[in-house]
Amino acid sequence: MQSRYRTTLGGQVWRYDTLAQVMARATPDRAGDRLAGVAATSAQDRAAAQAVLADVPLQRFLEEALIPYEDDDVTRLIIDTHDAAAFAPVAHLTVGDFRDWLLSDLATPAVLAALRPGLTPEMAAAVCKIMRNQDLILVAQKCRVTTAFRGTIGLPGRLSTRVQPNHPVDDVNGIAASILDGLMYAGGDAVIGINPATDNVAQAGRLLHLMADIIDGYGIPTQSCVLTHVTNTLDCITAGAPVDLVFQSVGGTQGTNDAFGFTLDHLAQAQDAALGLGRGTVGTNVMYFETGQGSSLSAGANHGLDQQTCEARAYAVARHYDPLLVNTVVGFIGPEYLYDGREIARAGLEDHFCGKLLGLPMGCDICYTNHAEADQNDVDSLMTLLGVAGVSFIMGVPGSDDIMLNYQSTSFHDALYLRRALGLKPAPEFDAWLARMGIMDSADGFRLGDGMPDGFAKRLAGAAHG
Amino acid sequence: MDNRVTDNPWRSLRRFTDARIGMGRAGVSLPTAELLAFQMAHAQARDAVHQPLDVARLVADLGAIDGVLPALTVQSQAVDRADYLRHPDKGRRLAAGAALPGDAPELAIVIADGLSSRAVQDHAAAMVAALMAQMPGVRMSAPVIAVQGRVAIGDDIAAAMDAAAVLVLIGERPGLSSPDSLGLYFTQNPGPGLSDARRNCISNVRPAGLLPGHAAARFAYLYAQAQVLGTSGVALKDNSAPLLADAAATSFLSPPRTE
Repeated sequence: MQSRYRTTLGGQVWRYDTLAQVMARATPDRAGDRLAGVAATSAQDRAAAQAVLADVPLQRFLEEALIPYEDDDVTRLIIDTHDAAAFAPVAHLTVGDFRDWLLSDLATPAVLAALRPGLTPEMAAAVCKIMRNQDLILVAQKCRVTTAFRGTIGLPGRLSTRVQPNHPVDDVNGIAASILDGLMYAGGDAVIGINPATDNVAQAGRLLHLMADIIDGYGIPTQSCVLTHVTNTLDCITAGAPVDLVFQSVGGTQGTNDAFGFTLDHLAQAQDAALGLGRGTVGTNVMYFETGQGSSLSAGANHGLDQQTCEARAYAVARHYDPLLVNTVVGFIGPEYLYDGREIARAGLEDHFCGKLLGLPMGCDICYTNHAEADQNDVDSLMTLLGVAGVSFIMGVPGSDDIMLNYQSTSFHDALYLRRALGLKPAPEFDAWLARMGIMDSADGFRLGDGMPDGFAKRLAGAAHG
Repeated sequence: MDNRVTDNPWRSLRRFTDARIGMGRAGVSLPTAELLAFQMAHAQARDAVHQPLDVARLVADLGAIDGVLPALTVQSQAVDRADYLRHPDKGRRLAAGAALPGDAPELAIVIADGLSSRAVQDHAAAMVAALMAQMPGVRMSAPVIAVQGRVAIGDDIAAAMDAAAVLVLIGERPGLSSPDSLGLYFTQNPGPGLSDARRNCISNVRPAGLLPGHAAARFAYLYAQAQVLGTSGVALKDNSAPLLADAAATSFLSPPRTE
């Protein structure tokens, strides 16, 4: 049988068996796809696959599921929630046409927002594969996604940060010291989010109380999260702990989520439970998801798909539960999946673009491990690119060094660099709090205050004598 | 007065944490001294990844512990560090020809170099000693040292030994402030092909983190629960009381109730 996926370039015929194979071969080169055995076999193979992919009608992605509907609950979620009316404006386009359309002046922020329920993750992944980095930046800039809980995330000209005050044994004073450092460097408007050292439920509850007391006591317009398993957070809610946001790592196939130990029902249940607490003041987005290319292959559940396509499918899971924050942890998984700074940068831009196009409040943990070929200069480059692209939030780790998770991310200083270089303010509620406390004046070149707010100074003095 | 660099008074809080807090700033950027200190720490962590495990020394250290059977050594399918870093699957599989006794221990003890041989070299023997002291009634295997090993190699080893449960002690990815952190991964009823959802993890075992005695106590709790449940992983919750001295939820930063 003649494959429908073929092209002739320079006298040579290139044939592909399936849509999944076209997608994988068309993907810019990276370690995880080589590891999975799905990468292009040569540079020409990749270019040919990109040419074939550009001719595929977007409609095809609704007809040919990359993972069968019967086998996978993420596929079922994607197909069952697809909005044909929203899709209509682009229903006649090929992938190549779609790239032109996205870059054209037809695709205004309002038009792109209306399109979201009509797009599937596979369509976003496909067009992403034939876009250059500058295309990914320019289109992402036009995708405005705003969410809210105690502050508003994602407004134009804004950049939020997570304070990530991790400690290897969850020592409350150690964690509080990093929270204070973050607040004094104007960080924390996205979330104060702790990765706990263990999965101990009582400990998670303790950390939730610790953060709630600080947020309430100093009137900080932000939210807290303990990044523990969704079922642990449900236990915390049942036990009466002050849960703002429910966390879960999510993947783009049912098998990946099985390996993470949750089902889609768990997410719905947890969202309901958190909404029932009614702790948000300016919005009702109560979920915080993390993702990252390579998780499906790592779980042995990639179904022959490339890792960027699997990642985009994770965004279908995320968007179903109206998250406040979605964070692609781009360099954490290690060099088997993203080998060096160049591969990490490409993946970060892809994830941000696909997430924003699908309507997610996309942030990025711009990071690397010590066994990857990367360093702080790679972090600086990707941070600047994502800042230009309009990333919703980045991490803030004291001095870039996470002493619990053992990797390097962006620091509080890094976020201030981005603010000054690109004129990006924090969330408006938090910005006003910073000004009131004398910590930072956005209107005066993001200048930091000289002293400490009285409340903090008293506690510091108390700690010195205690 | 020279005000190129602004110092932070809360740097004194470093007595609570190894985190790089209160670094000060030049404008909003890192002062030169902090920049250089970071470069050195990164260089040390990079070098730690490539340091090979001294197996003979580890065997000797384990042999000095009362009641521990003589340690065995096996290889994963990864032939060297480069192979290990690029092909995670090879590190999860036992190389052909490994001779392991099929004596059906209640708990197989596996020690894998992982990404930090230093963590294993410095802390694995102390961890095994703490386990022996904490769990005298459990029939443990001889420690199996897996060179170029990842966590899942414990499943292959447990199958070869017909073990009812397996605990893998492994060098975690080195951090800038913690190039020597040991992780513990536990599986009840192990078998090849299990996912991470079936494992429980206790991490950051090192002098500046969780001490071996505390880690052993926490593991003993998980192990006992697993015998009741007949499984491990997500279904097995760590509801042991917080083991830390500072069990309160208040810190120096917590606002007084009256304020």
